[in-house]
Amino acid sequence: MTKRENYSLNFGPQHPAAHGVLRLVLELDGEVVERADPHIGLLHRGTEKLIENKTYIQALPYFDRLDYVSPMCQEHAYALAIEKLLDIEVPLRGQFIRVIFSEVTRILNHILNLTTFALDVGAMTPFLWLFEEREVMMEFYERVSGSRLHSAYFRPGGVHRDLPDGLVDDIESFCDRFPKKIDDLEKLLETNRIFRQRSVDIGKINKEEALNKGFSGPCLRASGVEWDLRRNQPYDYYSELDFKIPVGTNGDCFERFLVRIEEMRQSIIIIKQCIKKLPNGPSISDDPRIVPPKRNQMKSSMESLINHFKLFTEGFHVPKGETYTCVEAPKGEFGVYLISDGTNKPYRCKIRAPGFAFLQATEFLSKGHMLSDLVAIIGSLDIVFGEIDR
Amino acid sequence: MKNLNEKYIKEIYQLIKSLLTFCKYELTINKGEINLSCSVKDLTKVLLFLKDNPSLGMECLTDIAAVDFPERSIRFMVVYSLLSVSKNFRLKVKVNVSEDAALPSINEIYSCADWCEREIWDLFGIRFKDHPDLRRLLTDYDFQGHPLRKDFPLTGFTQVKYDNELSRIVSEPVKLDQAYRNFDNLSPWEGMGKYLPGDEKSDHKND
Repeated sequence: MTKRENYSLNFGPQHPAAHGVLRLVLELDGEVVERADPHIGLLHRGTEKLIENKTYIQALPYFDRLDYVSPMCQEHAYALAIEKLLDIEVPLRGQFIRVIFSEVTRILNHILNLTTFALDVGAMTPFLWLFEEREVMMEFYERVSGSRLHSAYFRPGGVHRDLPDGLVDDIESFCDRFPKKIDDLEKLLETNRIFRQRSVDIGKINKEEALNKGFSGPCLRASGVEWDLRRNQPYDYYSELDFKIPVGTNGDCFERFLVRIEEMRQSIIIIKQCIKKLPNGPSISDDPRIVPPKRNQMKSSMESLINHFKLFTEGFHVPKGETYTCVEAPKGEFGVYLISDGTNKPYRCKIRAPGFAFLQATEFLSKGHMLSDLVAIIGSLDIVFGEIDR
Repeated sequence: MKNLNEKYIKEIYQLIKSLLTFCKYELTINKGEINLSCSVKDLTKVLLFLKDNPSLGMECLTDIAAVDFPERSIRFMVVYSLLSVSKNFRLKVKVNVSEDAALPSINEIYSCADWCEREIWDLFGIRFKDHPDLRRLLTDYDFQGHPLRKDFPLTGFTQVKYDNELSRIVSEPVKLDQAYRNFDNLSPWEGMGKYLPGDEKSDHKND
């Protein structure tokens, strides 16, 4: 008999199923994965170092570029951290708009993840159907902020500007229409034999392991932990809203898929509640320490002009202190550990990305599975390299 | 809601104070967040205690962050952010570590610490004792230096390009066509107050 040897395979960094620039060094026994060593950092841009060299407001757009499919949720974490250090209250309308757009972001992210996951395991149709809807929501982004992806819309103290006329109605009619599309997606995949064979009992992780590996968000909930920061440690207006948290039992790829499907439905419910209750009033705080004065004020008041100039050259000062603030981003817990030394630039800004923990667990999840299952596992974990490599 | 939270945080604070008695440490509440500072030699014991004590149950390590303070005698501060899902609270454990000392690896306690520690080694150059695989994580394979240290310049030391003659990627000392422009607008002005000084035209009354 000839001697059999394991062989190493280099997966990526340019591979359509790697969801970006992942290089995996695999050791395979036939088709079974024995060892998976992810090499990351191919998209490392030194965001944390750059933030230390920018003023607080200049650093905000970097957060769009971390997880580039859920930009607003990350701005949210950063804005909340600054508000905490400065002790600023956000007006109610600002909080509502933030919640609405956080949930729009969640749907955007889940559409991308679910459909590309389906694409990875061989289903092309969901991708074609739902990306049309994704484009509609990107238009909402464009209408409030001027850009489809890198919006820089959430600011410390509220949101950059109020909603344009007619947007609320359009979001509402979208919310009436969209659940049908979620049903279509579910119907296509949930009972599909091939999809089930590729995802049920693949990449299982139990409660204790998931917590120990630092999981959060849908991946943690699929393992049966009822933990959602929007409910357990609420921020902005989430404490007053009524929504359910989907929880799985098995923690396999299929349940991670189901949890995300249900989360999209809940997001629609949240958006509808917010639209119903949307109060009038300012959308950003009137605190002159951080919010620039309005144009017409600047035309008549010298002090406002000076204030405006100072805010956009020197920036605002944040009092000495530190905070770890986190939000429930679509992928999981996105946290910002911000240290201020009392000047106009952050002393240190550590970004806690949910995907970092997921990718680290790839080896644990894929050991003993086939190479093709590895692709399904990576797809179901919702990995985006912008936030992992920072 | 906010008051209730503060009360709960105080309770947890008292609980930790009464339970954690085997070593010296400092416990503070800052902006509703509990911070615990301890020495490097007690770190593993403290983390193990926080994880295994059923009335605290900090089963999740969310992140490890390192901070560089070049002017301090003990240069680095490493912050472990812990989360208790069962009891719903967060805690930060801080240790100070000098440039030539090493921290104990906590891989055995929280398995997600693996990459966090590799990242800190990569970006700050803090070593971890008994780490199974302390390689660089985020920077390039043959990278030199630790970029998140405060004395590392933003533009770095080397740049890479594809060399047509050698037909491979080469790195060379960084060459900037224009010097890096760092606008230092910092002034002794302590930022805007809540209300504008001397703004008589506004309706605000200074309160």
